Amino acid sequence: MTTAAPEAPGSFAPAPGAAPMGRMITAQTAMETRMLLRNGEQLTVTMVIPLALLAMFSLEPIVSVGGGSRIDFLAPGIIALAVMSTAFTSQAIATGFERRYGVLKRLGAEPLSRVGLISAKTISVILIELLQAVLITAVALGLGWHPHARGLAFLTVPLLVLAGTAAFSGLALLMAGTLRAEATLALANLIYIALLGLGGVVFPLSKFPAAAHPYLTLLPTGALATGLRAVLASAAGVPVRDLIVLVVWAVLGIGLAARTFRWE
Amino acid sequence: MPAGRNRRRAHRLAIVSTAPAVEVASLVKRYRHALAVDGLTLTAARGEVTSILGPNGAGKTTTIEICEGYRRADAGTVRVLGLDPARDSRALRPRVGVMLQAGGVPPAIPAGEYLRLLARFHAQPLDPAGLLDRVGLTEAARTPYKRLSGGQQQRLALAAAVIGRPELVFLDEPTAGMDPQARHATWDLIGELRMAGVSVILTTHFMDEAEQLSDQVAIIDHGRLVAGGTPAELCGGVGQLRFRADGGLDTDGLVAALPDGSAAKESPAGHYVIEVPDGVSPQLLASVTAWCAEHSVLPTSLRIESRTLEDVFLELTGRELRS
Repeated sequence: MTTAAPEAPGSFAPAPGAAPMGRMITAQTAMETRMLLRNGEQLTVTMVIPLALLAMFSLEPIVSVGGGSRIDFLAPGIIALAVMSTAFTSQAIATGFERRYGVLKRLGAEPLSRVGLISAKTISVILIELLQAVLITAVALGLGWHPHARGLAFLTVPLLVLAGTAAFSGLALLMAGTLRAEATLALANLIYIALLGLGGVVFPLSKFPAAAHPYLTLLPTGALATGLRAVLASAAGVPVRDLIVLVVWAVLGIGLAARTFRWE
Repeated sequence: MPAGRNRRRAHRLAIVSTAPAVEVASLVKRYRHALAVDGLTLTAARGEVTSILGPNGAGKTTTIEICEGYRRADAGTVRVLGLDPARDSRALRPRVGVMLQAGGVPPAIPAGEYLRLLARFHAQPLDPAGLLDRVGLTEAARTPYKRLSGGQQQRLALAAAVIGRPELVFLDEPTAGMDPQARHATWDLIGELRMAGVSVILTTHFMDEAEQLSDQVAIIDHGRLVAGGTPAELCGGVGQLRFRADGGLDTDGLVAALPDGSAAKESPAGHYVIEVPDGVSPQLLASVTAWCAEHSVLPTSLRIESRTLEDVFLELTGRELRS
């Protein structure tokens, strides 16, 4: 398969034209995904850390998770962490440096529109998340995970993950589009660690003072982990509150990012 | 045959749209503390190479980035292929190729992959492998951008600007950081673009580059056009005859023996320069040597020169181009 015209490269005779939108988005998505999968630091954040935490915390009783099985508690939290790592940390850092290196500016001269570029980034994030989901599920099942879920989970889990992805992406682009690349790098990692600790990923929220509880579930990670845990460990129906929290974060984050994003 | 139909369409586009490549009128751009462009007016014709020449900080990049749609003008009008770059960006983007002054390429992407990506954005791109070869980067096809040399990075950015077969390319200092060999290869490529009917607008502070490549040169300084024309027009007209002799010759007497409008000066002592509005003629040369013979003066190192753009710039602005 080739996209090139058969003319010799010496023939610079003008023949301008944009490729179809679908082809442009596919090409950009493939490039973004390849670059993320080739980048060692990004893979550490998106794959190695979540899988390592899953294995460590489920094999050793590092924290008490209450009565039930450790892996049943951990698996939903690690999925929430994986979504945060890809949609927030990895995306913020990658986009921040793209802005700094003029990549976004130069892409602005191509027929690919901004909407097309953001679509490609979003699809790329979702592809990485699917890969994470497969790996985490396989490892968790290997470690003895028994989800306690209804059939409805096939709908509610993707819904939560999509709402979480939108919330985290908005925050990622808000940072990447306004701060210096180095500041984005530092802050994205810091927030990642903070939300890993405070978001009910590996430490149950019940460990925190009861007064803090409602606030922690208002954090995007807290809402996503709580929602996923309700659906996958407690066979809950639709976690309405957590979904609403994530949607509010998404609307705020994307709205602010759209207003403040500087392309160069 | 879709290819045939597309070629006909491109042909028709070229004929229907006869607007100049770029028309800038009374352009003003102010940054927080400085006036970057101060009432600039210039036109770049279709199918020609137009150089914007000026020292650093003259407003070259600001002007070109307004034409590329990256910045908004504070006042004045800008038309690119007859369209407004701020408003008609969607229509212009496929037709215009852009090479930024620096960067723009993801540091980790291999050169070949980058060109293949950009090719997928265009309806009838050049063959990426062939183009990579044309700019001498076949060996570096798998090398990440950040590990290419400065000259290689420039050549990749140049290839990226032309892969979509644009009608018009903007090249912001295309040869900065290149060794002489790479510069000449780049000049050849720009010459080929011109032969193929592509309009080229480039900025440079190398006067030899502007002289070699351009159909038209716009010399700008402090955000204003100080002179414009073909290199021959800018450098020609006034010719110079230089010679050395003993110091203290009677230059007024010499001028009196020459055609009207001639000027002669001694600077520094013993170095004489004679300028005439219509160029140095055989008669002028004879008049000068006759005057010298009459006064028993033997001119040495006598030579006839046309001016360079460097001289023109110095004369117009009182400053060195690359200061």
